[in-house]
Amino acid sequence: MHMADALLSPAVGGTMWAVSGGTIAYCSAKVRKGLDDRKVPLMGVLGAFLFAAQMINFTIPATGSSGHLGGGLLLSILLGPYAAFLTISSVIMVQALFFADGGLLALGCNIFNMGFIPAFLVYPLVYKRIAGPAPERTRLVAAIMISAIVGLQLGPLGVVLETVFSGISALPFSAFALLMQPIHLAIGVVEGVATVAIVTFVHKARPEIIREALGARPMGFRPLRTVLVSFLAAALLTGGLLSGFASKNPDGLEWAIAGVTGAEMLKGPEQGLHAVTTALQKRTAFLPDYSFKNAGNRAIGNAGNSLGTSVSGIVGGLMTLAIVFLSGFLLKRRDIR
Amino acid sequence: MAGIDGTLLDFKSLDLLADGDTAIHRLDPRAKVLATLIFVICVVSCGKYELSALFPFFLFPVLMITLGNIPALYLAKKIAVIIPFAVVVGMFNPLLDRQVMLHVGALGISGGWISFASIVVRAVLTVSSALVLVAVTGFPGICAALERLGMPQPFAVQLLFLYRYIFVLAEEGGQMARARELRTFGTRGGGIRAYGSMIGHLLLRTWMRAERIHMAMLARGFSGVFHTRRHSCFGLREIVFILGWGLFFITARLIPVPHLLGALVTGILQ
Repeated sequence: MHMADALLSPAVGGTMWAVSGGTIAYCSAKVRKGLDDRKVPLMGVLGAFLFAAQMINFTIPATGSSGHLGGGLLLSILLGPYAAFLTISSVIMVQALFFADGGLLALGCNIFNMGFIPAFLVYPLVYKRIAGPAPERTRLVAAIMISAIVGLQLGPLGVVLETVFSGISALPFSAFALLMQPIHLAIGVVEGVATVAIVTFVHKARPEIIREALGARPMGFRPLRTVLVSFLAAALLTGGLLSGFASKNPDGLEWAIAGVTGAEMLKGPEQGLHAVTTALQKRTAFLPDYSFKNAGNRAIGNAGNSLGTSVSGIVGGLMTLAIVFLSGFLLKRRDIR
Repeated sequence: MAGIDGTLLDFKSLDLLADGDTAIHRLDPRAKVLATLIFVICVVSCGKYELSALFPFFLFPVLMITLGNIPALYLAKKIAVIIPFAVVVGMFNPLLDRQVMLHVGALGISGGWISFASIVVRAVLTVSSALVLVAVTGFPGICAALERLGMPQPFAVQLLFLYRYIFVLAEEGGQMARARELRTFGTRGGGIRAYGSMIGHLLLRTWMRAERIHMAMLARGFSGVFHTRRHSCFGLREIVFILGWGLFFITARLIPVPHLLGALVTGILQ
C-alpha cells in the first residue's frame, strides 16, 4: 500500500514532488542522450510487465500468506538506474491514477520511496558493490538478497519520516517505525527471493540478456567540466551573496578567549620569530579579517563593510579554486580508457 | 479467479468512462488537471483538527460526477476499497490524543477523534478527485496535459507506452495465473520455482516483444510523438473553469462557511 494524501502536509508533499520531479527530468535527459534507441519500447513494455507481475502472487510456505514482486531492484538490474527510475515512476503514477493506490500529492513521496531509493541508493551503493561486473551465481544471489532487504527497509523508513514530518497522524516516530520496519524485513526477504528466482530463470534461458544487463556499465560519470563549473558557481554564490549575511558575533574560540581573558584576541610577544611572522602576515594579507584594509574608515559605514566582505568572499573563492585546480592538474594521472 | 482479471476489468471500465461526451469531457485536459491539483493542495493544507471546513470541498467531486455522467455507485465502491487503509493509520489518533476539544451537550469529544474523522474525510476527498480526473479526462489526455505543463517528453512517451501495453501484458499474465490456478486446484501452489518460471517466461516474452516493437517503430519512422484525433484548445471555458474552482477552493479554505452557516441557523432558532 502506498502513501496516501490524507496523511500528508503540503510542505512535505511539495518538497518530495520537487525532488522526484527533478529526478524525472534528469533521468529523461539522460535517457534521451543515451544512444540506445531500443531502450524506449523496452522501458514501456517492462513497465507493463511490472504492473502485471505485481498482480501475480506466490504462497510463502511457512506462513500461508502470499507475496508478490515489488520490482524496483529487478528493473534496476535489467535497465540501469536512469531508465529503471523512469519506468518505476510511470508504474506508480498509473497505480495512483487508476487504483487510487497512493494520492496525487503523495506521488512525489511514493516515487522517491519506491523508485529513487532502489535505483539510486541501493543499486549503486549496495548491489554493485557486492556483485561487481560479472558475478557468479552465489555472489549474485547474495547481492540481490542484501539489496532487497536494505531497499525494503529504507523505503518504509521514508514513509515513516514523511508521515511524522507532516504531523497529521498522531503516531510518534518510534511507534510507527516499530510497526513498519519488522514487517518490511520479511517483505524484503520475499522480494529478494522472488527477484533471485526470476533472474536465475532468465539467466538459464537467455543468458545474454543478463550478461548484457550486468555487463560493466559505467555509472555515468559526469564530465569534469560540469563538476568544476558547478563548484565554481556554488563557491561564488556562497562567497558573494551568503557571506554578506555572515554573523559579526565572535565565533566559539573567540568567545571562549573573551570569557577567559577579557579580550577577543591575544597579543603575541613583541620580539622573535613570532613578531617577524606577524609583521609579514600584516603585510601580505590584502583582505585582513575578511574585509577591506581601511575598514577603520567609518564614513563608508556598514554597507561598505558588507561589500568588503562580499568582495573578499568572491576573491577568496576564486583563489581557493585556482589553488585546487593547480594541485589537481599537477597530481592528475592520465588514464587511458 | 478474480485477481488479475478483476483488476484488469476494473482498469478497463474506468478507462471506458473517459470516452464519454459531456461538457466536462470536452474541456481541455490541462484545465481539469490544474483544478484537481489546486483541490488536492487546498484539502491537504487544512489543519489537523479541521473537520467541517473540509465539507464544502465535496462540491467539486459531486459536481464533476453529476455533470460528467459518472456512475456514483461505481465510484463509491472504489473509494470504499481505499478507506480501510486510511482508517488503519488514523485509528491511532483517538488512542494517543485524548485531550477533549469539543463538548456536545454533556459528551466530550477528544481531539483524537476529530483528527481521525478529518483523516478519513481527507482520504475520501483526495481519492475521489483522482478517480474523477481519470474518468473525465482519460490517461492519454492527462499525459498530454502534463507534457504541455512541462513534463519531460521521454517520460510522457514512457507513460503512453506503458498505458498501451498494460492491457496486453495483464492479459498474458492473467492467462498464466489462471493456468497455474487450474493446475494447482485453486491454490497458488507450485512454490517459488513455478513462480520464477512463470514470471521469467513473461519477462522473456516481454523482452522479445520490445524488440519487435522497436523494429516496428523503425519501420514506421516513429519519432516519439503520438498523434491523436481530438485536438484541444485552451479557451474561455477552461479559464472560467479554473478560475471559478480556484476561487471557490481558496475561499472555502480561508472562510469557514459551515461555521457561519451553523451560527446563522442556530441564531435564527434561538
